[in-house]
Amino acid sequence: MIASAHAATLMGLCGSALVGIGLFVVITHPRVLRKIIGFNLLGAGVFVVLGVAAKRGAAAGFAADPIPQALVITGIVVAFAATAIAIALLRRLFELKGSSETEPPPPDIGSGRT
Amino acid sequence: MPLPSAPPAYIATAGGLLLVLSLMLPVATLLASLLLRAREIGHFVLATSAAILAVSVITAVKIGMTGEAIVYVLGGWQPPLGLALRADGTSAAMMVITAVIMCAVALYAHWQFELSSERRQGRIPAVFWVLIMAVWSALNAVFIGQDLFNLYVALELLTFGAVPLVSLDGRSDTVAAALRYLMFALLGSLLYLLGVGLIYSTYGTLDLQILARVADDRPALSVALAFMIAGLLAKSALFPLHLWLPPAHSGAPPAASAILSALVVKAPFFLILRLLFELAPATSARFAGEGLAALGALSILFCSIMAVRQERLKLMVAYSTAAQIGYLFLMFPLAAGTEAVQPWGTIAWTGGLLQLASHALAKAAMFLAAGVIAEAFAHDRIGELKGFAHILPTSAFAFGLGGLSLMGLPPSGGFTAKCLLLTAAVIEGYWWIAAAISAGGVIAAGYVFRVISRAFATPTVPLIPLKPVPRKLERIALALALAAVALGFLPLQPFTYLQIGRPSVAAMVVP
Repeated sequence: MIASAHAATLMGLCGSALVGIGLFVVITHPRVLRKIIGFNLLGAGVFVVLGVAAKRGAAAGFAADPIPQALVITGIVVAFAATAIAIALLRRLFELKGSSETEPPPPDIGSGRT
Repeated sequence: MPLPSAPPAYIATAGGLLLVLSLMLPVATLLASLLLRAREIGHFVLATSAAILAVSVITAVKIGMTGEAIVYVLGGWQPPLGLALRADGTSAAMMVITAVIMCAVALYAHWQFELSSERRQGRIPAVFWVLIMAVWSALNAVFIGQDLFNLYVALELLTFGAVPLVSLDGRSDTVAAALRYLMFALLGSLLYLLGVGLIYSTYGTLDLQILARVADDRPALSVALAFMIAGLLAKSALFPLHLWLPPAHSGAPPAASAILSALVVKAPFFLILRLLFELAPATSARFAGEGLAALGALSILFCSIMAVRQERLKLMVAYSTAAQIGYLFLMFPLAAGTEAVQPWGTIAWTGGLLQLASHALAKAAMFLAAGVIAEAFAHDRIGELKGFAHILPTSAFAFGLGGLSLMGLPPSGGFTAKCLLLTAAVIEGYWWIAAAISAGGVIAAGYVFRVISRAFATPTVPLIPLKPVPRKLERIALALALAAVALGFLPLQPFTYLQIGRPSVAAMVVP
């Protein structure tokens, strides 16, 4: 019991560390591809935190609460879809511009067409 | 922990099918659209849009007549194991506003796609119809969802529908704007999900009603809500997280801009409203409310000044959206309520939601009018539009009427909303909120009159439209602007309709 409590704490800390690393990458890296990888790290951290919630058995009262596991599976599907959309947009942008810069152009340079 | 002996949190009421229809009709339309030929989709979507509008109105009327929220428990499984849908007065009001704007925008888009045959045959209309149905379903899911994780999925569906709307025309700057929007939205979603995980591991349930019963002042709850609200702020574009909004909302086609500005950014705000007033412990709620109002005030001042400085009409309107969202966040400290008055009974609650509704109508009108102008002259540089009111008088009038709401001049919904918020700010002694409301109105007058004065000026070189624009496009913008004005004739007092289904004082005390 004590060992499993330790394991849950350790995993919780790992999850928090992943969230921290992911957040750092997302905020500090200007490159979009790095940001997308950062989002996946951040997401993985959140899923580990949910896994710890399952291990601690918040609602069910036993140490394998199925609800957080269902949430994680749904979350993984959503995160995968989000990554796919981001990659598709990034590839399109690269084809159109030859760079993956997302900063808007200075207002005077744009042609003004809508 | 939910106690086994506790009474069920939800008792299904008659009319639950209406809630299911409000979610399923847009999804069914979306799926059926994939099977239809491109030119048939428009008529089909218009027909089902009218049906969804009818469902929303019937829901709202039914709630008004019974005076109770409509509840539907999925499959008869009670939360915490099952999921519930619930529409109270405030949710129903949001659903009706959404349906009205969606129908108007769909009609506009349909007529605009008909203007040129190559546009009608292209991929853009088909994709547009599919995306707005996805957005509509997700919006309704946000308004009636009761499970925090369900709401997460609804928010993600909203993002996945809204991001491609930004890059509909496929130009590189709109793709870049869509990508930027997606980056902010994803960060928001993941922070929200982290908060959901923390709440589940603390309380073992994600249902809003059960959580409202068991919520205490544990620090874990405040931390979780802080993550969730920070994430939602990124999605609702409050200063300083508004950076993605102007390029995204100004680059999209006018019909898409109208939906994004009028409706999509309001959904995360609606969730913050629920989290802060239903779950947050009193001390944290007061602290967070004042912080949000301060960001709102900064948003009003900064983004209004940015709007004055814009050279392009659509960018100006987009910055004005970011500024007007700031007004919404002013209601948090003002609607805090007292022992005797619940938050939803205060004038600030009515004022805030009226600001939401009137901004949605006015901003949709302004984006559609700007779309007509861009269609006629093939550009939207404000400096080169001198005298456009002589050619497009209806659009200029619609733009001006929408501007009334933004400035807060009577008669308009914006006036009533800002007047209620200002009164609440004075009564509660928040002088800085009162100052921000007043200053925001003056600066808004600056950017609206800048366009209106150009519109009626006599041009040195006669302005010639590149192509005629059918009057019916302009009339839709005018109808939305008139609706925003009509909201100004509501009485200046708290609406009882918005309090339907909200817990009363007695129900709050008994757990």
